[in-house]
Amino acid sequence: MQIVIDGKNITADHGLTILEIAKKEGIHIPTLCFMEKLLPIGSCRMCVVEVEGYENPVTACNTPAVDGMVIRTNTEKIRNMRKDILRFLLINHPLDCPICDKGGECLLQDLVYEYNVDVQPYTIKAPLKEYKEYSTPAIKYHPNRCVMCSRCIRTCREVVGRNVLDIVGNGFDARVEPVNPDRCIACGECLSACPVGALTETVSPTKGRIWQIKRVPTVCAYCGVGCSLELNVLDNKIIKVTTDVNAGMNKGVLCAKGRFGYEFVNSPERLTKPLIRKGNELVETTWDEALSFVASKLTEIKNKYGSDSIAGLASARCTNEDNYLFQKFIRAVIGTNNVDHCARL
Amino acid sequence: MTNSVEDLKEAEVIIVTGSNTTETHPVIGMWLRHLSRYKGVKLIVVDPRKIDLTEEAIMWLSPKPGHDVAWLNGMANVIISEGLYNKKFVEEQTEGFEELKKIIDKYTPEYVEQICGIPADKLREVARIYAKAKNAAILYCMGITQHSKGTDNVKAISNLALLCGHIGKPGSGVNPLRGQNNVQGACDMGGLPDVYPGYQKVHLPENKAKFEAFWNVELSDKPGLTIVEMTNAAYEGKLKAMYIMGENPMVTDPDITHVEEALKNLELLIVQDIFLTETAKLAHVVLPSASFAEKDGTFVNTERRVQLVRKAVNEPGEAKQDWKIISELSTKMGYPMNYKNAEEIFEEIRKVTPQYAGITYKRLGLKGIQWPCPDENHPGTPILHVGKIARGKGLIVPVEYRPPAESADNEYPFVLTTGRNYYHYHSSTMTRKARVLNYYCQESMVEINPEDANNLGIGDGEWVVVESRRGHVIVKAKFSDRVPKGVVFKHFHFSEAAVNKLTNTILDPVSKIPELKVSAVRIKKHVKGTTV
Repeated sequence: MQIVIDGKNITADHGLTILEIAKKEGIHIPTLCFMEKLLPIGSCRMCVVEVEGYENPVTACNTPAVDGMVIRTNTEKIRNMRKDILRFLLINHPLDCPICDKGGECLLQDLVYEYNVDVQPYTIKAPLKEYKEYSTPAIKYHPNRCVMCSRCIRTCREVVGRNVLDIVGNGFDARVEPVNPDRCIACGECLSACPVGALTETVSPTKGRIWQIKRVPTVCAYCGVGCSLELNVLDNKIIKVTTDVNAGMNKGVLCAKGRFGYEFVNSPERLTKPLIRKGNELVETTWDEALSFVASKLTEIKNKYGSDSIAGLASARCTNEDNYLFQKFIRAVIGTNNVDHCARL
Repeated sequence: MTNSVEDLKEAEVIIVTGSNTTETHPVIGMWLRHLSRYKGVKLIVVDPRKIDLTEEAIMWLSPKPGHDVAWLNGMANVIISEGLYNKKFVEEQTEGFEELKKIIDKYTPEYVEQICGIPADKLREVARIYAKAKNAAILYCMGITQHSKGTDNVKAISNLALLCGHIGKPGSGVNPLRGQNNVQGACDMGGLPDVYPGYQKVHLPENKAKFEAFWNVELSDKPGLTIVEMTNAAYEGKLKAMYIMGENPMVTDPDITHVEEALKNLELLIVQDIFLTETAKLAHVVLPSASFAEKDGTFVNTERRVQLVRKAVNEPGEAKQDWKIISELSTKMGYPMNYKNAEEIFEEIRKVTPQYAGITYKRLGLKGIQWPCPDENHPGTPILHVGKIARGKGLIVPVEYRPPAESADNEYPFVLTTGRNYYHYHSSTMTRKARVLNYYCQESMVEINPEDANNLGIGDGEWVVVESRRGHVIVKAKFSDRVPKGVVFKHFHFSEAAVNKLTNTILDPVSKIPELKVSAVRIKKHVKGTTV
């Protein structure tokens, strides 16, 4: 199939949308309600493009390309349409970017910047919407920031399969509401799908801007799915967990434990010093004393009862490197194969 | 897993058995829901409990806990007797078919129905759907393996895949879901009593010689003790010292009362952990270690994907990364270990572990690599047994049905089965320190069918005593139609109502896994202030 986008001749496979082909060719078409893992709905209309011979522009995200199409993605008419769409959104959306958690990584902010929407000619005063309880206390819904893209609703339905959310009301009253709150599993997929600051997390008392934090890609420490995640670190403290859709096998999806289960790292109950038993109590000691005691006691037991009187449990929670050294220690230093871990439990 | 999570989308049919996937492997659970809703994958759930995934399934079969060989053999019976097996595949790629045929005749769906309670016609239908599918995958977890006949269950599953040739293709395979973040890696690294890293058997002279040369030390060729055997040896006074790194047997092992007595019997108990766990409280020495966020290294997920773990924050106080503690201890004991960093250890790992030979930190990047990866140009192996079964011919092993060690009887009329809850993890040492997770699940309850509860005069949320031959716990009852009549369920996360006080230590003779999924119990209302 042959098509032309912005004057470029392109050979493409059948069945792809205009947006998919443009993306492959490195041609930028702005989107807002579109997410790769969701079915395209063409609702926000930011992705409008002109097609020769068509009376009206079409949405690139859900219009399949057909042979011979001549498409223009960046004409003045199209740019003005997109600018108007943004102006309409700004009727509702407050410009509270300085106090919004998403400042700096907000799709609307980026688009308003890209399209230089410096004048807002529409003066309709939309009534402010009230805050209501969301389906999980881990997340707060800011109804006035919501752009009604329905990415949260569709993610909950199409990715998580829980159908918790829906749009309730219409016109200025329209808002996202948990219509099946009992089905919420606090996975936070809605939160990660929100392109603006309409959904923010409430867990960390410390917040940080994207340019203040360090995002460290790593792997979740809970179950065997092994989701890739990013620890968001500010001043040596984890303040949030995010994901990169291009990393690992989870494609940016997490569960409640992966997204909100990080607080144990900062827990005041963490062990910070070696402990040694004195009578009935465990008391703090130095590394040198603890390890010297262990080394001499292990040697004593090994000499007295033999290597097989000692055993070690490696750990399904620790890294390969930890486990490799652990079994090497038990086998090479203690001299026994008495090493196992909780693989069976 | 012989498949990857991603390629499950190519399956026409997925049978999920003994895995409460949406709670224990949530992101794979979401993926299964998605495949069922948007990719037309037919999902079939075989589980005693009406788990959440049954919402998406075209069929749900509910066998009685502990009788899985019966229904698996029943499926094989239908597949063979109706001629639905893949004759070409069986002939060319397997051995043992004739032996299976000899024993399978008696496992008619009607006979199987009497044993495990699955209606004969439904079992026939599932067998036909599975056998006729172009691609079909079986997913299973501890509901299949944590039985005294767990190995037989797995063999019976493998038989079905081999009969139908449902192996070694995208969407076709046998897929155990590994539980913990790095249980796969801990096994790969030889954290097992019978193998060195890379599953190289310790009793074979050539392996012993290889590691003796590499580690420059004399080694033992006698396979060691497994976890439950260690507990027993400590109890009997044969084991004198234990070094426990990042494990909490005082919550996770069967028959905890016995575990506690065993650990208290040791002359030396060393516990290395990030919290003062129930097990650490019994230790003579506690060594503070680093959490995953404070570590560099690698984890391996359920699809054999080796992935990079990166240090994000510093250890609290004087806590140290586990490998550093081990190195220092080893050096003190006269066997110096002087690794600069985790990567240097990994370089040693790949020299002795053939499956890891081609993996380097640099190659892992953000996507990881699935082992086996024999050399640095090898892309890794997303699907096992492609084109040819790894051992040459797929071995069909006839297994006979045998009942679980305990059954419900007059004295203990209920079957207790255990598992995980979505909001907590294992001994909950980590999850209970996360507010969101605790908000959703703060107390442990025993799930009971409302009809059973009514017969016992127990109300929803009332305190009950659950008692087995090994001990008792006092918990609240939670009415739930997720459990069938005669079965109760409790998760094992919380130490104050540790369900593993009740569970059976009887082991599968081959895998040495304890029968945590079937214990006979009795239940009565608990009157506060009385002793049990």
